[in-house]
Amino acid sequence: MNESKITLRNVEMRFGDVVALDSTDLEVVEGQTTVLIGPSGCGKSTILRLIIGLLTPTSGVIEFEGKPVSQDNILALRRRMGYVIQDGGLFPHLTAAQNVTLMAKHLQTVQEEELQEKLDDLCELTRFPKDGLTRYAVELSGGQRQRVSLMRALTLDPDVLLLDEPLGALDPMVRASLQTELKEIFNRLGKTVILVTHDMAEAGYIGDSIVLMRAGRIAQQGTLDDLRERPADEFVSEFITAQRSLVQL
Amino acid sequence: MQKQQKVNGKQQNISRFTFDASRITFYTLFVLLFIYALPSADCQTISVGSKRFTESYVLGEIAKKLLEDAGYQVEFKQGMGGTIIVWEALQNGDIAMYPDYTGTIQETILKSVTPMTTEQMRAALAKHGIGITGELGFNNTYAFAMRRAHSESENIHKISDLRDHPNLNAGFTHEFLERNDGWAPLSRHYGLQIKPRGMEHALAYVALNEGEIDLMDAYSTDAKLVEYDLTVLEDNLDFFPKYNAVFLYRLDINPAAIDAIRTLEGAIDEGLMTRLNAEAERTKNFAAAVSLYFSEAESREVQVASESFLSKLVRWTGRHLMLVGVSMVIAIVVSIPLGIRASRPGILSQIIIGVPGVMQTVPSLALLAILVPVPTLGTSPATAIVALFLYSLLPIVRNTAAGLQNIPTPLRESAAALGLEPSAQLTKVYLPMASRTILAGVKTSAIINVGTATLAALIGAGGLGEPIISGLALNDAEVILQGAIPAALLAILVQVGFDALDRLIIPKGLRIEEVSQRAAAGE
Repeated sequence: MNESKITLRNVEMRFGDVVALDSTDLEVVEGQTTVLIGPSGCGKSTILRLIIGLLTPTSGVIEFEGKPVSQDNILALRRRMGYVIQDGGLFPHLTAAQNVTLMAKHLQTVQEEELQEKLDDLCELTRFPKDGLTRYAVELSGGQRQRVSLMRALTLDPDVLLLDEPLGALDPMVRASLQTELKEIFNRLGKTVILVTHDMAEAGYIGDSIVLMRAGRIAQQGTLDDLRERPADEFVSEFITAQRSLVQL
Repeated sequence: MQKQQKVNGKQQNISRFTFDASRITFYTLFVLLFIYALPSADCQTISVGSKRFTESYVLGEIAKKLLEDAGYQVEFKQGMGGTIIVWEALQNGDIAMYPDYTGTIQETILKSVTPMTTEQMRAALAKHGIGITGELGFNNTYAFAMRRAHSESENIHKISDLRDHPNLNAGFTHEFLERNDGWAPLSRHYGLQIKPRGMEHALAYVALNEGEIDLMDAYSTDAKLVEYDLTVLEDNLDFFPKYNAVFLYRLDINPAAIDAIRTLEGAIDEGLMTRLNAEAERTKNFAAAVSLYFSEAESREVQVASESFLSKLVRWTGRHLMLVGVSMVIAIVVSIPLGIRASRPGILSQIIIGVPGVMQTVPSLALLAILVPVPTLGTSPATAIVALFLYSLLPIVRNTAAGLQNIPTPLRESAAALGLEPSAQLTKVYLPMASRTILAGVKTSAIINVGTATLAALIGAGGLGEPIISGLALNDAEVILQGAIPAALLAILVQVGFDALDRLIIPKGLRIEEVSQRAAAGE
């Protein structure tokens, strides 16, 4: 259980003069939920986009199960990772069901009946109403869109789930109930999960390991207790305090 | 009638259309060909051309009648846009003959600065494989025309009198302004200071009559000289060369056809030609002038059957649809891949969008003049299709590129992150999402194409432009509307058709999205 699924070694990402991610090392442990948190522009989404290959690092190496990620294997690796973004990223010209099954149908590896079963299972898992499968993205609520997006990410039964602020656009009530559901789903599936958020409570509730980032660097990595009791520097304690006082309001 | 007479010997099929450029659209073509029924399957078919003014139409119609009486099927490619286009058509075999004038042949075709005898012309033309008949009997030279009352009040009777009136408004045809024997040497010859402007010939008569211009170039057998009561100024310094009417023909056509045309030699004097022109313009019907010719020539009434309006309309519309359909199919097949490439950043994309943009600025007549000399194109419908194709590119290329560029980044990244290959990202996500914009480009292109396709008539390729151009030659609004109204209706039909196509092609999710966005915007 303690094997490293994804490893970043001296990974740096620059856009011209702007450093999005300074030379960074990170290990994502298999079967754990790792949460990336930090203020806007700290580089937490950049890490996800580097792992799924939407960005190519300026320098350094990203390893997946010990093998370097490259242009040659990224297509195969993407099919072993599910990616969920804020607002779902559902294709508007397809129904919910078509969004979910798009990739499986494209690969033609799954039989039609098997796919139907899979769809039923996923609806159950994500508590998405089956009669909503024929609807288009615009006809779904924000929470439903995220459920469909999660279903789409899970269709090929990936090893890794990458979620970029999946609950960021939802109102607080929906958000709270989805947090609970997400945690249950992660526990049940036992997949390696990397989740980006800016909400410390969410990070502490869902994450096995929390990576707090600031200005393209990792400020501290550990459990919520580690960060709270043994902050690495002033920024860490300030970040935790700010989030806590926000909750107390 | 001697319709059954068979003419033996080698007969070139000179009017077969060549569609080499459009082979990929074979099936579309195949279907469309049925609509307008290819008329040149018979090897006895002969093509007669004419230029874009009444006299040329009338002479062409007379030739058509003579050839039909000699047992030929005749295809009449009328109203072709200018000497260069007709001459090219004759040389490459799209037409077998057409009427022209010795002055034009010497100056514009043979480009000789010294006067030539008919025999010298015959020898020079033979090098191009072209023959020339004897003179038909009238001299249709250039002339300057003024309103009679105006010329008398200003006391202008000779071209040299114009020297004292440098401020007259002159409207000359573009051809006259550009010709080697046209305005520039004439103004030097007479020492004139007038600043003329270019004008369509038929419109110039109206402008002169209404006093918008005071002076125009005309032809000495123009029926309108009488109709509008105009004075012709005397060419007192002998500038204009002789413009004796002749027929030019290909030397490789059947001698019997040549013989039929040569019966016109010496048969038409200025008086008869002016009457024939006047008859055509009075009745708005070239066939009536032909009847008059044969009744005067043979002293008996000859009925020349004129095609019914409905059958002409079907022929024009069918050809128009074929031109639009074929050129649009090729344009779509070519433009969408170009648009896809142009959606990516870079200099190549700017070139891909820039070149069709420049195409739009080339006037249609200029584009045709460039295309007609191209081997295998000539004055066939293929030339019109190529021109229409070039004019149709921009809206489709541009909208395809814009539609793809407007896809939000998160959705692009979602498609990539799923693990779709770039080609599958394009076909399964990007193109369906851009379908509305792409279809809008195709729609714009098609509607413009329906209007532009009238240019085909300038090279004798038919379509609804045919009545528009002959209507301009006849100065007859009714004839112009016979082409303009169906063309406008066709454009509306295309619009409605594409609106219906929206439902078939644009995915339902996008249509729902638009409705919900409108609702959100409070519309």
